[in-house]
Amino acid sequence: MNRYFVMGTLLCFCCALPSYGEDYGAKRHKMVEEVLADLAANGNPAPSPDVVKAMEKVKRHRFVPDWLTRFAYINRPLPIGHGQTISQPVIVALMTDLIEVKAGDKVLEIGTGSGYQAAVLAEIVKSVYSMEIIEPLGKEAAERLAALGYGNVQVKLGDGYYGWPAEAPFDAIVVTAAASHVPPPLIAQLKPGGRMVIPLGAQFMTQYLMLVEKRPDGSVSSRQVIPVGFVPLTGGH
Amino acid sequence: MPADRMPRPPFFAIGLLSGCLLAYEIALTRLFSMVLWHHFAYMIISAAMLGYGASGTALTLLRERIAPHFSTAFLATAAMLALTMPLSFLLAQQIPFNPLELLWDTSQLPKLLAIYLLVVLPFFFGGAGIGLVLWRFGMQAGRVYAADIFGAGAGSLGVVALLFFMSPSDLLMVLAALALLAAAIAAIELKAQPGWLAKFFLVLALPAIAAAHAGWLKIHPSPYKDLSQTLNISGTRVIEERPGPLGDVSVVESTRIPFRYAPGMSLNALDEPPPQLEMFVDGNGPTVLTRFDGNLAPLAHLGQLTSALPYHVLGSPAIGTHRAHGPYVLVLGAGAGADVLQALYYRAGSVDAVELDRNIIDLVRNRFGDFSGNLYKRPDVRVHEGEARGFASARLGHYDLIQVALLDSFGVASAGLYGLSESYLYTVEALQTYLGHLAPDGVLSITRWLTLPPRDSLKLFATAIAALEKSGVPDPGRRLAMIRGWKTVTLLVKNSEFSPDEIAAIREFSRTRSFDPGYYPGMLPEEANRYNLLAQPYFYESAIALLGPGSQDFIDRYKFNIEPATDDRPYFFRFFKWDAAVELFSLRQQGGMALLDWSYPLLVATLIQAVLASILLILVPLAASQSRQALPPASAALYFLAIGFAFMFMEIAFIQKFILFLSHPLYALAVVLCAFLVFAALGSWLAGRKQGRAAEARSVTTAIIALGAVALLYLAFLPGLFSALIHLPDPAKILISAALIAPPGICMGIPFPTGMARLACTLPDAIPWAWAINGFASVVGAVLASLLAVHLGFTAVILLAVALYGLACVAIRRGFA
Repeated sequence: MNRYFVMGTLLCFCCALPSYGEDYGAKRHKMVEEVLADLAANGNPAPSPDVVKAMEKVKRHRFVPDWLTRFAYINRPLPIGHGQTISQPVIVALMTDLIEVKAGDKVLEIGTGSGYQAAVLAEIVKSVYSMEIIEPLGKEAAERLAALGYGNVQVKLGDGYYGWPAEAPFDAIVVTAAASHVPPPLIAQLKPGGRMVIPLGAQFMTQYLMLVEKRPDGSVSSRQVIPVGFVPLTGGH
Repeated sequence: MPADRMPRPPFFAIGLLSGCLLAYEIALTRLFSMVLWHHFAYMIISAAMLGYGASGTALTLLRERIAPHFSTAFLATAAMLALTMPLSFLLAQQIPFNPLELLWDTSQLPKLLAIYLLVVLPFFFGGAGIGLVLWRFGMQAGRVYAADIFGAGAGSLGVVALLFFMSPSDLLMVLAALALLAAAIAAIELKAQPGWLAKFFLVLALPAIAAAHAGWLKIHPSPYKDLSQTLNISGTRVIEERPGPLGDVSVVESTRIPFRYAPGMSLNALDEPPPQLEMFVDGNGPTVLTRFDGNLAPLAHLGQLTSALPYHVLGSPAIGTHRAHGPYVLVLGAGAGADVLQALYYRAGSVDAVELDRNIIDLVRNRFGDFSGNLYKRPDVRVHEGEARGFASARLGHYDLIQVALLDSFGVASAGLYGLSESYLYTVEALQTYLGHLAPDGVLSITRWLTLPPRDSLKLFATAIAALEKSGVPDPGRRLAMIRGWKTVTLLVKNSEFSPDEIAAIREFSRTRSFDPGYYPGMLPEEANRYNLLAQPYFYESAIALLGPGSQDFIDRYKFNIEPATDDRPYFFRFFKWDAAVELFSLRQQGGMALLDWSYPLLVATLIQAVLASILLILVPLAASQSRQALPPASAALYFLAIGFAFMFMEIAFIQKFILFLSHPLYALAVVLCAFLVFAALGSWLAGRKQGRAAEARSVTTAIIALGAVALLYLAFLPGLFSALIHLPDPAKILISAALIAPPGICMGIPFPTGMARLACTLPDAIPWAWAINGFASVVGAVLASLLAVHLGFTAVILLAVALYGLACVAIRRGFA
C-alpha cells in the first residue's frame, strides 16, 4: 500500500514539474520551420528574414499559462485566460510580415493579450506601443515583457479606440482586439505609406486578415488575406 | 407489494414525472445555449432518449431484485431524478469543455463525452420510473403510456410559461421539487409504507424551492461567449436581466470605455457612434441600443454601413432627392432598433419593425425608453412582436424597402455554429414572400457578415435567383445588386429592373465609402476589386457564374454548400461539404479549421456517439445477461425498432412544418409538441381498451393506414392551407394546428402500447427488451431525423416514417409468439 502511495506521489510530482531543462530552442526552431513550410504550402511568400529571426528568438513558452507550456511550440492557438487566446504562430508570422516593419519603425498594437505579438515586433522595430483593454491581462503582459527585457515595449491599459496620440503617427498598427469597425482615429494615426493589420474571425479561428494600407496621399485601401491556400472552386478559379 | 394487491398504477405521479422530464429537456437545451452554444440541442435530445433506453436495460437486469420492492424502487427513481437534475448539470459545468478547441485539442472529446453521460443520468432515472410502472402494469400499458405522454405534453407547455418568470437554472431546482412532489403523490397512490413517506418527500422539496428562490444554482458561461468577452472590459456591468423562454436578455453598460458598435463601417468614415448600451441574448450578440434624442446628426455612422445602400437606391429625401416622402420600411429582426434608427436617419415615411423577443421590445420601449428617445413609441414606428417570416407572410401591405437585419454575431456566424439551425428567413419561399410585399419599385435588402472564401453571400445570391425565377422573372440578373465592405455584404433584390439612375446611385454609394460592388446589372469586371482587394474578384465572378447557364455546375463545383435553402431543407447556414472538409482538415496547421462549418460534423459525431452509447448501454448489457433467454421474437424486435424510428421522424418533421405556420419557433414547438403528445396519449388510452391479438393487430393496422393517408394528404395540402390561413390571429392558428395534429397524433399513440400489451400477453419477460429497443431507435432516430432532413428534406423524412410504420404493421400481423 505504502509502496503504491510513494510511487503515485512521485508520479504526480514528476507530472507537476515545470519543464526545466527542456530544449525550447530546438522546439522553437522546429516550430519556425513548420511555420515557414505552412506559409510556403499556402502560396504565401516567405516572410522576411527579420520576422523569421524574431520568431526564432521570442520564447513563446513564456507567454502561455504554465500548464500549457508543453504546447507552446505547437502551431496552434492557445487560451491565455479571460476568454482570450494567443494567436497561432503561423498567423503571427503572417501578420508581422504583412505590415513590412523594419528597424527604426514605431508600431502601435491594440490588444496586448499575453504580449507575444508585441515581443515579436519588439525584436524587429525600434519601439512598440501596446494597449490592452482587459486590465489583468495588460498588467501581466507588461510585467512579463519587462521581465524578459523588452524595454522597447510600452504597455498602457485602457481604451484603444483613440490610439496613442502622444506617440502618433505610427509606421504600422496591429489590431488584435475584436472590433466591429476600424476606429477612424487609428487610421488617422497611421503614417502615409503605413500599414495596419487586423485578424478577423472567432477566438481560435482566424478566418482572414485585413491589411489596411494608407497611401501617400492619405487615402486608404484594404486587402483581405486568407491565410490558408484554399481555392473555393474545384478545378481552380 | 404484489401487483394484484395494488390499487392501480400511479397515474398522477407518472404524469408529473414525465412532465418534469420534458421540462428538464427544454431547460437543459436553454442552459447549454447559455453556457455554450445552442447546437448542443441534438446532444440533449439524444441523451434523453439514451437515458430512457438504458433504464429499460437496467430494469431487465435488475428485475428479479426489484420485483418484490416495486413501490420502493419507483419512489427511489423519482427521488434520484430530483437529485440528479440539478446535480448532473452542476457537475457538467465543472468540466472545462471548450467547443472552440474541439478541432485543435483531442482532450476535448472525452470531456464532451463526460458531459453527455452526466446529462443522461436524470433521463435514466426518470425513464426507469416510467419503465417500472409499464412493466409492472403491462396489461394497462395503454393507460400508463397515456398518463406518461399526457404529462409530457403538459410539461412542454408549462415549461415555456415558467421560463417567462425564472431563469433555466432556477427552473432546475423547481423541477427537482416537482419530482419530489411526484414521489409524494406516488407514495399516496401506491399506499407505500411507512405512511409518513409522502410527507417526507414534501419536506425534502422545500429546500429545493428555497434554492430556486435564492438563485442558488449559478451558471458559468463559456469565457468565449460575446457577453463574457464584453464583461472583461473594466467599467462594464450588467444593468438589467430579463429571463425569457427565447433566451435570457442581459443589458450591459460600459461606464469607462464607450461601446461603439458599427459593424463594417466604411474605412473612410470619421463618425463615432453615440453612446450605446449592448444587449445580449443567452450571452450572444450584441444588438445595440443607441442613445437617441430626436437629433439625426449623431447617427451619421449609420450612413456609412453597407446596409444603407437601399436608401440611396430608393432616393431617400435625406440624400437630397426630389422624393416627396421617405420610404415605407419594414425591418425584419429589429432587435434593439439599430436598423429602425437607420430608417429614421434616412427620413423613412414610416417603419414597421418586427422583433421576436418581447423582452427586447419591452426594454427598448419602457425600461430604456428615455435612453432610446422612445424609439418604439414614436408614431412613425410601429413595433410588432413576432417572427419575421410569419409577419411578412401574413402582412397585406406593400413596402418600399424590406430590410432584413444582421442580428447574429460575427464570431458565432464565422465559427460555423449555426450550420444546423433551421432558418425560414433566408429560404427561396421566404424571399418570394418578401418580394410579394414590396411596392412595384420596392427593394429587399439583406445584409450578412463577409465570410471568406465567400459563403453566406453567394448562397443568398443563389437563393434570390431561384426565388426570382420561381416567381416567373425571366432575367433575374436585371433585379439584383450586391456590394461588399471589409466586413459585411449587402444584397439588394428589386421588384423591377434597376434603372440607370439607381445603378449610378449604387456606384456612387460604393465609391464614396470604399465599398466594392460585387454585382449590378451591366457591371464591368474591372470595377469588382478596387478598394477591399481579394486574391480574386470572387464575388463578381461567382455572381456572373450563378446567373449564367452553368449555374448548377458552379454550385456543384463550389467547395462550400451554396445550394439555395428551401422551406423543406431550411439550412441556410450549412455550408459543409465532405470534400472540402477533408481538404481543410489537411490544412488545419495552416488555419484551415477556421473555414470549416463544424456543426455538421458535430451532428454526425453525435449520431455515431448515440449509436455506440446506446449499443453499449442498452443492448450489450441485455445480451450479456440472463435476459438473452427472454429475447423477443424478430417480429417484435422489428416492430419496436420501426415504431421508435418512425415516431421520432414523424414528430420532428411535422413540428418543423407547423413552426412555419405558427411563426414563432418556441411557442410553436410548445404548442405542437403538447398537441402531439396529448393526442398520442388519447390514442394510447383508446388502444388500452382493445383486447386480444386480432383486435390489437387490427387497431394497429387501421391506425397506420390512417396515419399514412393523413401524412400524404398533409404533404400535399398543408403548404397551400398554411399560406391561405397564415394571416389569421394566433389563437385561431393554434386551434387549427391542434385540429390538424389530432388525427396523426392519435394514430401515433396506438402502436407502442398496443405492442406492449401484446407482448405482456405472450412474453412478459421480453417487455424490458422492447422498451430498450424502442429506446435505442428513439436515441438514434432523434439525431438521424435531423441528418436526413439536412440531406433529403422534411418531406422525405415523413415518407420514411410512413414506410417504417408500414413495416411495423407487417411485423405485428405476424404475431409476437
